[in-house]
Amino acid sequence: MLALNNYLIVSAILFAIGTVGVLTRRNAIVIFMCVEMMLNAVNLTFIAFSKYLGNIDGQVFVFFVMTVAAAEAAVGLALMIAFYKNRESIDVEDVNLMKL
Amino acid sequence: MESIFFFVVAAVAVISGILVVTCKNPINSALSLVMTFFCLATFYVMLDAPFMAVTQVIVYAGAIMVLIVFVIMLLNVKTETVKRGSHAVISGTVIGVFVLFQTCWFLMKGSMTGQVGVMDKAMVVKSGHVELIGKALFTDFLLPFEITSLLLLAAIIGAVILAKKKI
Repeated sequence: MLALNNYLIVSAILFAIGTVGVLTRRNAIVIFMCVEMMLNAVNLTFIAFSKYLGNIDGQVFVFFVMTVAAAEAAVGLALMIAFYKNRESIDVEDVNLMKL
Repeated sequence: MESIFFFVVAAVAVISGILVVTCKNPINSALSLVMTFFCLATFYVMLDAPFMAVTQVIVYAGAIMVLIVFVIMLLNVKTETVKRGSHAVISGTVIGVFVLFQTCWFLMKGSMTGQVGVMDKAMVVKSGHVELIGKALFTDFLLPFEITSLLLLAAIIGAVILAKKKI
């Protein structure tokens, strides 16, 4: 059986890649996909701990994270469509209505 | 054998994760993200969680990614021409590397608790993973499960109103 740290390090790398993507990209949809990747990295941590601690609760939490991600996808993409109707763009640099 | 398989899948997951961030075209990013999701589903199978692997493929790679690709095509998003300023890229990368080092530091220093539960591979094989998950979901986690339905209802209403009304 593989050591727990292998899974945790893969998860940490994926989470860091997602962070870099959120902070460096301009396209709102790509930022959204990077957030999904970060959620998935956390899911991997949950399931790895669930296996190595012999407890099913972590996998139930993954279930809830997936539900929240699905709800977030529906609302987030609707927001992007609403924004695109107004500005003809989904570049986050164009979201400056509340900027001083 | 298992470790070789693990490292191959991990390499594919990390490379496709990097491609999600670096690809210019959002469609390519989306397809790389599907690849990452499949690699994570493989990990779930290796971790004796076959039901979560199936859910991962159906919900993430199936439903959510189809929604994202659909929106990309609907909005006719072009390839990014103007890159973000180099300041943003450098500081974002520094923060990402910092997050990675911080988590690795905690992994080196920390240790797992000694309390180990009853679930193991024999139990998963004997009674089935779906049954284990279902029992936990409808006994210990019944209230969160019901609250989740409220969350989904709010998401449905919110999505319909946001997409319909002239804002």
